[in-house]
Formats: sequence, C-alpha cells, structure tokens
Amino acid sequence: MNVTLIFLAVIGAIIVWWLSGQRLASKPWLETGSVQLPDHHGADRQQPPVPAVKIGLFVFLGVVGALFSLAVSAYFMRMASTDWWATPVPRLLWVNTAALALSSVALQWARREAGHGRMESLRPVLAAAFALAVFFLVGQVQAWSELTAAGYVLADNPANSFFYMLTGLHGLHILGGLAVLAHTTVRAFARDVQPERLRLSVDLSAIYSHFMLAVWLLLFSLFAGWANDFVDLCRTLLT
Amino acid sequence: MVEIPSGSAGAIPSAEVEDVELYHPKSWWTKYVFSQDAKIIAVQYSVTAISIGLVALVLSWLMRLQLAFPGYFAFIDADHYYQFITMHGMIMVIYLLTALFLGGFGNYLIPLMVGARDMVFPYANMLSYWIYLLAVLILAAGFFAPGGPTGAGWTLYPPQAVLSGTPGGKDWGILLMLSSLIVFIIGFTLGGLNYVVTVLQGRARGMTLMRMPLTVWGIFTATVMALLAFPALFVACVMMLFDRLLGTSFFMPAIVEMGEQLQHGGGSPILFQHLFWFFGHPEVYIVALPAFGIVSDLISTHARKNIFGYRMMVWAIVIIGALSFIVWAHHMYVSGMNPAFGFFFATTTLIIAIPTAIKVYNWVLTLWRGDIHLTLPMLFALAFIVTFVNGGLTGLFLGNVVVDVPLSDTMFVVAHFHMVMGVAPILVIFGAICHWYPKVTGRMLNETLGQIHFWTTFLGTYAIFFPMHYLGLLGVPRRYFEMGETAFVPPSAHTLNIFITVMALIVGAAQMVFLFNLVWSLFRGREAGGNPWRATTLEWQTPQTPPAHGNWGKELPVVYRWAYDYSVPGAAEDFIPQTVPADGGVTREVPA
Repeated sequence: MNVTLIFLAVIGAIIVWWLSGQRLASKPWLETGSVQLPDHHGADRQQPPVPAVKIGLFVFLGVVGALFSLAVSAYFMRMASTDWWATPVPRLLWVNTAALALSSVALQWARREAGHGRMESLRPVLAAAFALAVFFLVGQVQAWSELTAAGYVLADNPANSFFYMLTGLHGLHILGGLAVLAHTTVRAFARDVQPERLRLSVDLSAIYSHFMLAVWLLLFSLFAGWANDFVDLCRTLLT
Repeated sequence: MVEIPSGSAGAIPSAEVEDVELYHPKSWWTKYVFSQDAKIIAVQYSVTAISIGLVALVLSWLMRLQLAFPGYFAFIDADHYYQFITMHGMIMVIYLLTALFLGGFGNYLIPLMVGARDMVFPYANMLSYWIYLLAVLILAAGFFAPGGPTGAGWTLYPPQAVLSGTPGGKDWGILLMLSSLIVFIIGFTLGGLNYVVTVLQGRARGMTLMRMPLTVWGIFTATVMALLAFPALFVACVMMLFDRLLGTSFFMPAIVEMGEQLQHGGGSPILFQHLFWFFGHPEVYIVALPAFGIVSDLISTHARKNIFGYRMMVWAIVIIGALSFIVWAHHMYVSGMNPAFGFFFATTTLIIAIPTAIKVYNWVLTLWRGDIHLTLPMLFALAFIVTFVNGGLTGLFLGNVVVDVPLSDTMFVVAHFHMVMGVAPILVIFGAICHWYPKVTGRMLNETLGQIHFWTTFLGTYAIFFPMHYLGLLGVPRRYFEMGETAFVPPSAHTLNIFITVMALIVGAAQMVFLFNLVWSLFRGREAGGNPWRATTLEWQTPQTPPAHGNWGKELPVVYRWAYDYSVPGAAEDFIPQTVPADGGVTREVPA
C-alpha cells in the first residue's frame, strides 16, 4: 500500500496547504460584523475567480488518482508472489504513447489558441487532438489482440491480468475524456459559440488529457519494468 | 488577519455575488421526479435509503429469530442466514447510512447552510441520485435472482465469496453485489464532487470556513474521505469480478473445490482485505463525521448555548478524517500479518481516541450550564453521546492486538460496532430528522409519538447490544448459524439470546411508530413557522418554509457572524441569526 500512502501524503499536503490559507486559527466568535470574503469573492480581486467546473475537475482528478494509485498498490503487492512473470511490452505501445503525448501537446496548443481567441486555428488543432486520442485507443485494442495472439491471455498470469485490467481502466477514462472532447470540438465548429465557454472547455480537456498522459506514462513504466528497478532500489535503501 | 470592529460593517449590499444559473423545471416530471433541485434530490435519497433500510431491518429480525429459536423457523436455513447477515450489513452501512448522511442530509443542508441557491452541478446531482437508485435496485435484485443474494458476509472476503459453498458464490448473488457496489461508487462520486465544490465555491458572502456550522464541516470532510476511500472498494470489486468471471487470480489462491482443482493459483486473499479495509475503516468515519457535526448543532441549538471549543471541533474533525486512513489494518489483526504492523496500527488506532474524546468533552461542556430543552432532537443527541462513548470505549479494547485476538469473531465485536456505528449514527439520523422535519415540510412532528419512539429505541437498543458484550466475553462466536455442541457456552447464554431477540422485535416495531409519525405529521402536524427552534444557521432564515426553488429570495444572504450566537449577553433574544449585522444584535468588545 506504499504507493497509495505516498499518493495520500501528496493529497494531504495539498489539503493542508489549502487549509493553511483558510484562517483556521481565527476566533469566529469574536469577529461579529465583519464580512470577511472568501477568496474567490474578493472585491478587489486581481484575477477572475476559478470556475467551479475547474475545481470540480481537480477534485475528480484526485479521485482518479486514488483509483490508479490503489490499483498500482495492488500490482506491487501481487507482484511479490512467485507465480509472477512479466508480460512483454508490445512495440506498438511506444507508438500509442507517442500518439497520446501528441494529443496532449495538441490540446496544450489548442489551449493557447483559445486563449488568444484564434478560432480558425483552434479547430484543426482540436480535431487533431481528438484524432490522436482515438488513435491511441485503437492502438491499445490492437496491442491487446497482439498479446492475446501471442498467447498472453488474461487469466494466464497475474502480470497479464493486471496489464489488461490497468490498460482497460485507463482506456475507459480516456474514452470518457474523448466524449467531452468530442463535445468541445463540435462546439468549436458551431457558429454561435461563446468564446469564453469554449476557452474553459478546452482548458478542462487539456488538463484532463495531461493528467491521463501522466497516469499512462506511470503505467507504461510499470509494464516496461523500469518502475520495478526503482522499487527494488527503494527496498534496498530501506532494508 | 484583519479584524473589522463590530459596527463598522453594518449593511453590506449582497448584490456582488454572481447568481448561479438555475435550471427552472418546466413540467411536473422535471420538478418532482427528474428534479435538479438539491432539496428534492435529498428527499428522494432519504426515502430510497430508508426504504431499503427497512428491508435490512426485517433481515435483522429474521437473523435474531434464528439465533433465539434455532430450528423453529423452517424457512431459515444456514444459507438464508448468511444471506441475511450479508445483506443486512451491506445495506445498513452503505446503502442506508452513507447514502442518507451524504446524499440525504448533505444535499438538503449544504446549499441551505452555506447560503447557496443550489448545488454547483445540479445535473450531476440528479444523475447521482438515479445511479444510486439503480445500485439499490441491482442490490435488491439479488433477492429474486436464482440462488439468492450473496452470503459471503458484508466484507465479501475471497476466496469463499466466489466459491460454490457460499450462497450466491457461483450464482448471481456475488455478481449483483459487486456490480451494485461499483454502480453505487460511480453515483456517489458524482454527488460527492457536488458536495465538495459547493462548500468550496458556493458559500454566501461572509461565510468563511470558520463560520460554517459543524454539520457542514462534518459532511464536507466525510465526503472528501469518501472520494478517496471508495476507489479502494471500486478496485477490489473490479478485481473480484475479474476473478469470478474471467478466471484471473488476483485474490484467488490455488484451491480445491468439491474435490476439483480450480484454475486459480497464487492470488492473495490478504490483498483483498487490505483494499477492502482501506475503504472500510474510513467508511466508519464517513458515517461518523456527519453525525458528529449534526449532533454539535443539535446540542448547541437546543441547549441555547454556543458550541464549546468550535475551533477544536473543526480541527478534530479534520484530524480524525486524516488519521482514519492509516488505521485500516486493525481489522486484520488475526490475518497473520507482521506483529510489528499490528503494533503500528494499534498505536494509530488509539491516537484517534484523542480528537474523538475532545469532541465528546466539548459536547458535554456545551451542555454544562446550558438552557437545556429536552426536545426530541436534544433527546436523540444526548442518547447519541452516551451510546457513542459506550461503543467507543469497547473500541479501545478491540484496538489492542492482545485483547482483540481472543475477542475477534465473537459477539463482542458485533456489540461494539453496532453501538458505535450502528445505533449511534442512527440516533443522530432520528434527531436530525426531528430537527429539520419542520424545515422540510413546514410542520412539526408529533411529540407524543416521538417520545414513544425515542424511549423504546434508546432503551431497547441498549437491551439488545449490552448483553451481546457479555455473550462475546463468554466466547459466543459471531456469524454462526447455530451453536451446536459447545460446552463452554452456558445455557444462560441461550436465555439471553431469546431476550435480545424479543427486544429486537420491539425496537424494530417502534420504528413503525416513527414512520407513521412522519406521514401523519405531514398532514396533521402543527404548523412550524420558519424557525421553530429559534436557531441561528442560514437554513432557518429562508424567506419561505419549506424553502422554494432557489432557496433564497431575490438576494443571497450575507453572513455577519458565526453559527453559534446563542444566549449572547445583552442581546434582546437568546439567539442571533448569522444574517444579522453587528449592530442588529449586540455590540461586543473585540480585542485589539
């Protein structure tokens, strides 16, 4: 459960950091009459408030992070048993990784275009990001069938089981993100689009995409075995 | 920290808060059925949770009948008994308590108490309820599926949960249970995002975190915990579904079933226990923290006294929430884990007693020299404190490895967790319903019926669960369908079992009085008015009772003070609502 505990420590640090700005040491019973404004409603605020959807997305990413860190914890705990032998990593995964990374880059680009209000250049970039993410998913399914064809079936070995389950979970999350991205892309091509809203949608899609890319890179390093060396190193350091 | 002396900020226009775009229902269907109004969703959540909870209540009757009169009821065989145990536990913990506290009270109280028009994502909120309902239906479908519901025990430990010796193991039972949990977690995540972001972003002007009522603090912290803990159950359920359906071996070791070697091998049942309890222990506090918060508000309001040590109460809630993530393995002392781990987890478990004790002391000190009104909510709050202290103290026993090992899997454990996370939170739920019923319906509950229900429930649950401690110390095991030849259990234990069963039937029947009261008072109850308890918090200051769609009138409320200005010296009334500016109540000295 070490991975989970590390993840929780990070979340805990974020919560502590946030709480430390919330005047938890104040004495509310002595402060009658003053209307202390919460940060986001500050009258003389410098920048516009963070939209609720964005906060919601960050909280959701926390939940997704917990999900994957727990699954990875389970991976490491199960790995300790003797019947484990690693699944080979199909070469295709490298291509998929590149596609997902490019999709993320495209979204980052789209974010900049939307920020400057350049609708014309925004549309192709969004479409490209969408296509690349679809390519990633198709590639993952292709990788599954390659592995199955090579005899690495789901129930054969715990490493295979984890490979299919983790990539499956990750794929489902990408699929969910794609649904939102599709919605955003369609809206970008619509005539009566509010630039402000579109900017927010692109922003959120980009954040989500970066996060899922990060999750994928961690999973990939797990499958490729680099993470194992790292864990071994940690074990030697601890004992 | 800038302190504005009282009086200088008298009238501040409230127009600066941007109104949220509210969805306005166009038809009866979107107003009352597929509603996006948090208040309607809260009622839907509560009614669904209480309905499925009644099923669990009946199941507990059936279990008790079997324990008191073994063999007398032909339709209760061992398989049924295990199915009753499993469904009773799972329904009560997740589908009743979690859903009612967070989905029910959370939805109703968060927007009203922080001064918002609604939740920030009303559509997701509506989805959350319908997904929850789907989860309940999938769960209930287990009763009608071939082979019946799963009988694996509410912890669903593999490998037995998916083997043919366990009812539902090779049939639909376990599949329906796991899918229902997965669906529940998805639905809860949608709701949970709402509760968290509404507290973060939806607060009215002047509502700083430290001016929030403790109810909101409790529900907020519990939701954050649930969002982090439920994924563990999600992962565990998905992996077990894989094991059961696709033949993987995440949890399944090499095993021979009915003389036949199964395909599984090498899996780790302990891994499941880690995942399950990583969710399971925070779950205790996911139920307890909202109860803590609500009880603080009930006590303060009905004792007409500000809550003692508000800051400590907030810190204690947050600290309990954090600590509860590093104690999970105290449920696994007998799983054969490294004794050093046991020591670590025993220590963290006992440390939780400190913030919890702070809360108990603060409740008692709030009562000290208060103007205590023994209204129904207050009675339930007092009953909660006693029950919670009792259940908590036996928790100190079980938290120690050496004491736990002999007591593990006995009735002592059953008595402990029923007191601390069964009866105690349920008492708070009753108290909270009595307290907020006038706001939800505009009418008061009938006092006489309420008193009958309260005394029967309070004394009755003690009569049920106190003797169970004794049975546990005698060594009577839990989960046993019948005792069989056990020389170490004296015959008096059986007499005690009959007594417990009779009390359980009576207490269960008393709940019908409560339900009748809810329905009867809806039509015949005394008109409540807007603020019958003369309370300070925002939900009692709404222009209409019950609050209309959008909660507030044209302008959102502005908050000028904390939630506990009761019996302020020099004030005209013994309560000053949070919306009253400084000069509207009393001028107080502010230390420089």
